[in-house]
Amino acid sequence: MASKALYSHRDPVLKKRDDFEDILEERRNSSDLRYAFKCYTPVLYRGLTPCKAATLKSMVLQSEQLLHVINQVSAESGESTDVVKDEAAAILEEMAHRLQLRTIRFFAYTLSKAFKALYRSVCVNEEGIQRLQQAMQEHPVVLLPSHRSYMDFLMMSYILYTYDLSLPVIAAGMDFLGMKFVGEMLRMSGAFFIRRSFGGDQLYWAVFSEYVKTMLRKGYAPIEFFLEGTRSRTCKSLTPKLGLLNIVMEPFFKGEVFDVNLVPVSMSYERVLEESLYARELLGVPKPKESTSGLLKARKILSEDYGSMHVYFSPPVSVRSLAQGRINRSQFNLTPRCGGSGHVAQKPSEETQAFVNDVAYRIVRLQQENMVVKPWVLVATLLLQSVEGMELTELMEQTSWLRDLARMFGAFLDWPDHTPCSMVVSSSISLHRNLACVSGSRISLVVEGPQGPETPEEALFNRAVSVLSCASYRNQVLHVFLRPALLAMALSNANSSRKEDIYSCFDFLRNVFSDEFILSPGASVQDFDEACHLLVKCGAVELLHQDVVMAESGRTVLSFLTLLLEPFLQGYQVVCRYLREEATENLTEKQFIPAVRSFAVKLHLSGSLKCYEVLSSDLQKNALNALIRLNVVRRVRTNEQVLFKVNKAAVNSVEDTLGGRIPTQKSILARL
Amino acid sequence: MASIGDGSERQRIAQQRLRVLAGHLRRLGAEERPGVAAQECRAGPRTRRENVPAAPQDIMKWNGWGYADSKFFFNKKGQGEFTGKRYRLSGLILPSLKDWFEGTFGANLQHKSPAVPSLNTSAVAPPSLNEAFVEELKSTGIPFSHDTEDRVFRAHGHCLHEIFSLRDGRVGRCPDMVVWPNCHNDVVKIVELACKHSVCLIPYGGGTSVSSALECPPEETRSIVSLDTSQMNRILWIDEKNLTAHVEAGIIGQDLERLLNESGYCTGHEPDSMEFSSLGGWVATRASGMKKNIYGNIEDLVVHIKMVTPRGVIEKSCQGPRMSTGPDIHHFILGSEGTLGVVTEVTLKIRPIPEYQKYGSVVFPNFQQGVACLREVAKQRCAPASIRLMDNEQFQFGHALKPQVSSIFTSFLDGLKKFYITKFKGFDPHHLCVATLLFEGDREKVLQHEKLVYDIAAKFGGLAAGEDNGQRGYMLTFVIAYLRDLGMEYYVIGESFETSVPWDRWVLDLCRNVKERIVRECKEKGVQFPPLSTCRVTQTYDAGACVYFYFAFNYRGLSDPVHVYEQVEHAAREEILANGGSLSHHHGVGKLRKEWMQETISSVGLGMLKSVKDYLDPNNIFGNRNLL
Repeated sequence: MASKALYSHRDPVLKKRDDFEDILEERRNSSDLRYAFKCYTPVLYRGLTPCKAATLKSMVLQSEQLLHVINQVSAESGESTDVVKDEAAAILEEMAHRLQLRTIRFFAYTLSKAFKALYRSVCVNEEGIQRLQQAMQEHPVVLLPSHRSYMDFLMMSYILYTYDLSLPVIAAGMDFLGMKFVGEMLRMSGAFFIRRSFGGDQLYWAVFSEYVKTMLRKGYAPIEFFLEGTRSRTCKSLTPKLGLLNIVMEPFFKGEVFDVNLVPVSMSYERVLEESLYARELLGVPKPKESTSGLLKARKILSEDYGSMHVYFSPPVSVRSLAQGRINRSQFNLTPRCGGSGHVAQKPSEETQAFVNDVAYRIVRLQQENMVVKPWVLVATLLLQSVEGMELTELMEQTSWLRDLARMFGAFLDWPDHTPCSMVVSSSISLHRNLACVSGSRISLVVEGPQGPETPEEALFNRAVSVLSCASYRNQVLHVFLRPALLAMALSNANSSRKEDIYSCFDFLRNVFSDEFILSPGASVQDFDEACHLLVKCGAVELLHQDVVMAESGRTVLSFLTLLLEPFLQGYQVVCRYLREEATENLTEKQFIPAVRSFAVKLHLSGSLKCYEVLSSDLQKNALNALIRLNVVRRVRTNEQVLFKVNKAAVNSVEDTLGGRIPTQKSILARL
Repeated sequence: MASIGDGSERQRIAQQRLRVLAGHLRRLGAEERPGVAAQECRAGPRTRRENVPAAPQDIMKWNGWGYADSKFFFNKKGQGEFTGKRYRLSGLILPSLKDWFEGTFGANLQHKSPAVPSLNTSAVAPPSLNEAFVEELKSTGIPFSHDTEDRVFRAHGHCLHEIFSLRDGRVGRCPDMVVWPNCHNDVVKIVELACKHSVCLIPYGGGTSVSSALECPPEETRSIVSLDTSQMNRILWIDEKNLTAHVEAGIIGQDLERLLNESGYCTGHEPDSMEFSSLGGWVATRASGMKKNIYGNIEDLVVHIKMVTPRGVIEKSCQGPRMSTGPDIHHFILGSEGTLGVVTEVTLKIRPIPEYQKYGSVVFPNFQQGVACLREVAKQRCAPASIRLMDNEQFQFGHALKPQVSSIFTSFLDGLKKFYITKFKGFDPHHLCVATLLFEGDREKVLQHEKLVYDIAAKFGGLAAGEDNGQRGYMLTFVIAYLRDLGMEYYVIGESFETSVPWDRWVLDLCRNVKERIVRECKEKGVQFPPLSTCRVTQTYDAGACVYFYFAFNYRGLSDPVHVYEQVEHAAREEILANGGSLSHHHGVGKLRKEWMQETISSVGLGMLKSVKDYLDPNNIFGNRNLL
């Protein structure tokens, strides 16, 4: 198993984590203006020859790599090289950042005001900052924060400014440039803008990758980007995108730098600014286009309480040590380095791709591990398991039980010491009163709705919004329970207690859900071992020779875990059912999501479906990807559109296997 | 800032330099090396022991580099000094050596790690002789010995671990006897006898190997005979029409050059080890000379080779300057590292002694600019006889070897120069680096050439920095090996290693990454003080360059310093290979770098070499186990 080296099996509870400091505290006690004009002298990379943003651009335009591509493009298109050069310069102009200290100081001032209004505290692990500072001197550093909110990169730069660290240059989506003025402000605070898709554009890719690599090689500034590619609307970590990671690792592979350090940063919000926006988006209300006026309208959020946030800088991960024994760097010895004429741009080898993929998963898992879990997350998790509401006392009891379980499974819980559980729970409920309300002794989800009568569809939609909003909190703790939950589900599906049967069921589920959750490819055995270890530890199962058996006392844990994944299981089954029952021969990519949604709505209204998460477009897409991966659905590209060809028998079999109606091996393997 | 003054003055200086250089070589002449002076097929009467040639260990160190009378030491005042009379540095005081030494390594003159004073012969295992072989050898009249000192002297090269053990008084497996053939026919007889009696032969030339090539394989059960070629040291003929010389392969580099000079010729082949290494050794390791830009490397110089193998004698039938007769059989011999047979005679190209020689140097603001300049020089194919680029650490190291200045005026001038370069030109003394140059040829052309090179250098921010700096740079190569012995007196061990690498950015990146890797590995392995990790570009080619690394560290507090050293060197070699460097440019593979051979030349390539070995030497008579 290739990825074994990257993950050592260990008890997650034993991980030691740093303490946090609230950086807003000082801001509340001293002048923001003085802070904005403080003396800023970051420690720089020791190999750095300082240069201006403009010099950087000309270095990129004159780089041999880019000139080579320019010549190639010119030869292919018949345009003169000068025209192509101008084109490249224009791309770079559109892309490049113009980091200025002035703008940073402006942001330092305004963000101080904003953060103080929004958050009770912004907690940072200072030891992580010290490690980062050390790393920044030694090697080019790549900052890899999790992405849950627009706040993420503002917050990152703000924190680095606060601690007198080099400000990062940040890869941002081009959509920000749509916002007049703000886009340019972001550019001047270090953002550089890339198109969301530029698959075939060789020149664009060359300019972009050379720009990033030049900054990295020169140690110009730390490079920051989001491995997840986009904000996670569900607050679940997204499967990592590899493009930029490939680019930043290449200078190491090719020996242009001694090492590159990757620093995972986990940013956890007690309340995400965009929470209900996300839920609506998932239900098909399109994302509002980024605009300055939209931003100004959002001012009202300043008057709300978003609780506290935690930022955890994990220890730097050295690409060199990860690559030890995995990457044969001499594979690049036999081709010219800067692409001589006639030299075809190399695709990374399979070995390299697999490695980059493993590293990406490793980083996302590190982000997850150090994500702070708030009490509300546990409350939301429990509430979702009884959507109709529950007794407050029961909730208190269960929350306290779940807290202990989460701790045992290694969750990074932010649970106040010496405070009774009831206090903790009620204070988090009050912070999230837009999602949950207490009436009498019962607590239930808040469902917003118009004052007057509403259609059944509207009612369903409103209910779904609050369920999905709540789910976005539950999702923040999924990584803690994921592996044991898959095992719990495998135990109930397997109809056997033989370890190998359970494993194959586990492996199947893991495979199906590998777009939904962060499950490193090829690490199935380790995940299984980890899940067994945890369930044995909490007394839910016993391992007997060749058998995995549910323990007497394990019923509560196992049923909780099974219920945790139930929405996903049901969701996938509904998608399967849709494909089986309603999908036509010419199902296009565009039709898919609306069609599944209306199918699910129909089921809901007929009363045969209770699960709301099926309505989430995220789940629908993931399910489709899983089916494509399982070769049950084929993606066919025709002239204008993408069609999906469904193997109905196979879909049926997947659906049945998910429901535990047929054992794993026979179904999938035999019938495909 | 090159030489100033009118033409005649310049010429005078140049001639003086030539004399100095020639003198430097001549001083190591015949009167001090009686063994080398033998001119007849049978050596003359022996003074020391009967029937055995004079032992090099009489004038050379038994546990260190070079001549016994030449060594660095710190005098009572703590100043560095170099003893003897053989080198320009000999007898001079080096006032800045101590500070550099202590500052660079964190060493302290109070902490000494002296060597055992003399070889304890009882520590050496008695020879295991093959009696039948000895009996028959006696009847041939070829001199031999199984004296312990003779055996120990030929049991090692100059790798760090070899010298370190000797200083500790530890000796591993030694050859069981030494034979001194006097001519090609003697070698034929010895090889025949070795085959007949199943004896293992290890050819020995100058003993300057740094690849563990001379180490006797400990697993060897047969009697091991060291075949010392030192008595085969005559120039057999010089052909002035074709400009070739036919020479016995045991001749030592400096003797070859001196003898040819007497007839007005030279080979121009000057590896850094030329004081001690032999012609046969050069052929067997694919040696490279400092002035290869004019004269070529050994493979370019060789016209004809005669080698004795267990299968018979291999040689070509004519001396055509180039042939299309299948793969060149010379290339099986070049670099065979003593695994196939003994090179006995070689025909070499020779050249008339150049009329004029001039050193030079250029200071660059940083290593990057320096490499760019060397690349441009190579591109324009106008490299001088030698062009080398030292990095900053080595530049400072060179300064540590500056002798005491004789007058206040020179010291003032030096100060002025330093001021000009660092303050006026804004070079950072911690980044600047220096290229040393050696021009050779007729005077006019040298001067033109010099101008061309300095003009190119100027484009890369280079400033001419005088002949003296250049000359000192070259001197450094001869004395640096002596410095290692000094270090070993004070807990400092070190070694050099080399590679060749394509131009593009590999040269720079490789240098940086390897140096960095060394520093990191040392730290990881518990070395207390940052090591000296420095490099220089010593040869340029159309498609790349040769890079030389020096690496040394203070080993106080380490229980097994040699092991640490070997681990770091191993890591450094891995780093070189990962960065596109070769396994070796001219040191060879020996046993030290064998493990990477397959990766380097592919398993098919290795199979080809093995099949040649199997054909020539099926019973592994030449059993030094190098290379394969």
